[in-house]
Amino acid sequence: MKPDIKAVEQRVAEIIISELKLEDVTADSFDRGLDLVDELGIDSMDLTAVVLVLQDEYGITIDEDDYPKLKNLRLIAEYVHARMAG
Amino acid sequence: MNTVRSLLDDEWYERYKRISRLNIRSSIYDVTDRCNLRCKGCFFFSSDEHKAAREEKDPARWVEFIERERERGVNLAILIGGEPTLYMDRIEAFYKRLPTYCATNGQIKVPRDRFPDMMVGISLWGDPETEKKLRGRDTFAVSSKNYAGDPYTYYLYTITPRQLGRLGEVVKRIDDVGLKVHMQLLSNDEGVDGFSWTEAQLAQVRDEMDAALERYPRSVISSRYYHEVLTTRIMMGRRFGWQECPSVTEPMDTRSPQPRRLIRFIRWAADLKTMHRCCTSATRDCTTCMDGAAHMSWVMVNKREHLRSTQDLQNWITVYEMFAKLYRFLPW
Ligand code: SF4
Ligand code: SF4
Repeated sequence: MKPDIKAVEQRVAEIIISELKLEDVTADSFDRGLDLVDELGIDSMDLTAVVLVLQDEYGITIDEDDYPKLKNLRLIAEYVHARMAG
Repeated sequence: MNTVRSLLDDEWYERYKRISRLNIRSSIYDVTDRCNLRCKGCFFFSSDEHKAAREEKDPARWVEFIERERERGVNLAILIGGEPTLYMDRIEAFYKRLPTYCATNGQIKVPRDRFPDMMVGISLWGDPETEKKLRGRDTFAVSSKNYAGDPYTYYLYTITPRQLGRLGEVVKRIDDVGLKVHMQLLSNDEGVDGFSWTEAQLAQVRDEMDAALERYPRSVISSRYYHEVLTTRIMMGRRFGWQECPSVTEPMDTRSPQPRRLIRFIRWAADLKTMHRCCTSATRDCTTCMDGAAHMSWVMVNKREHLRSTQDLQNWITVYEMFAKLYRFLPW
């Protein structure tokens, strides 16, 4: 059964924090609407690292052309959730 | 947690946003193994890269290859040589399909009716005396006539230790003909006497580069932070070298752990099959490599490292802007 979207959001936050080695932020306190490029300063290499973990963990494929859509945590979670089986 | 917005005022934040989504994926292509000059210290010939592979002569194969490169996600083709302008048809095959930058010694003019807005970078090694000594002729005398006032051309000035004290005069000559200039430092691949850098010379050249940027802001495309990183080979406390270099051909990159690097970057030989190790000579010693583009990319791929303070992030922005201007992703 598909996990609910809140659980996906929480897990995506954990993945971003661990892949980007972010300090002073937890999965709970991570602002879901924070713009990852304009605010957090991530680049495509960072995003690729996050995407690889998401693909593995959720068994989905994320097309590189879709990267511009993955603007913040909430949108990533929605994107992942929509592609999950079940 | 520092965010970009928390570190920048409105003006700097706007500058950041202009570049933050550019996502440039470059690769480098040896267009030919031939050149109409034979400069002392040219890595291409000194490391026998011209013999590494037989250049492909069939124009159709070039077109197929470039199409594959585009599909691979490359969105900036950097053409080097040998001397690319010996083969305008190959340059055109790139130019019609990808944003293209062509490095040249400027002795043959790229016809602007055929390549109206292609970026051209002319190599220059210094004042006429140095040019004659290292390249056999004063190339500037010809290249400046060919390209005076051209809005898509700049000089790539490779500074040698012998140029100390003369930088300003070289930059002035370029300014006088209405062209731009970007500076980098010679890596003394051929061990020419007196052309290896000492620490004191590096400190001096940094001062002279800063002074040129200040005096000719209209003509010099550069950044003080780039000067600092290039002359100290240190960025955010880390030392440049093999383990840090971002400009290594991706399929040949066996480093572990992998540093931050240029995604999809490959430097192709002119046979369109052979890959070179990195953006410069495979025989170059990484511990003394002064490659300007590699240092620039090193800063650029380490953006989040620069989110430590306002000054660090502003420094990063100036280097990225410099890069974006060099390839006309930002206007001059
Ligand atoms: S013009 Fe360029 S490619 Fe030709 S020999 Fe000189 S440095 Fe090498
Ligand atoms: S020679 Fe320079 S550009 Fe090439 S891998 Fe070494 S450090 Fe990088």
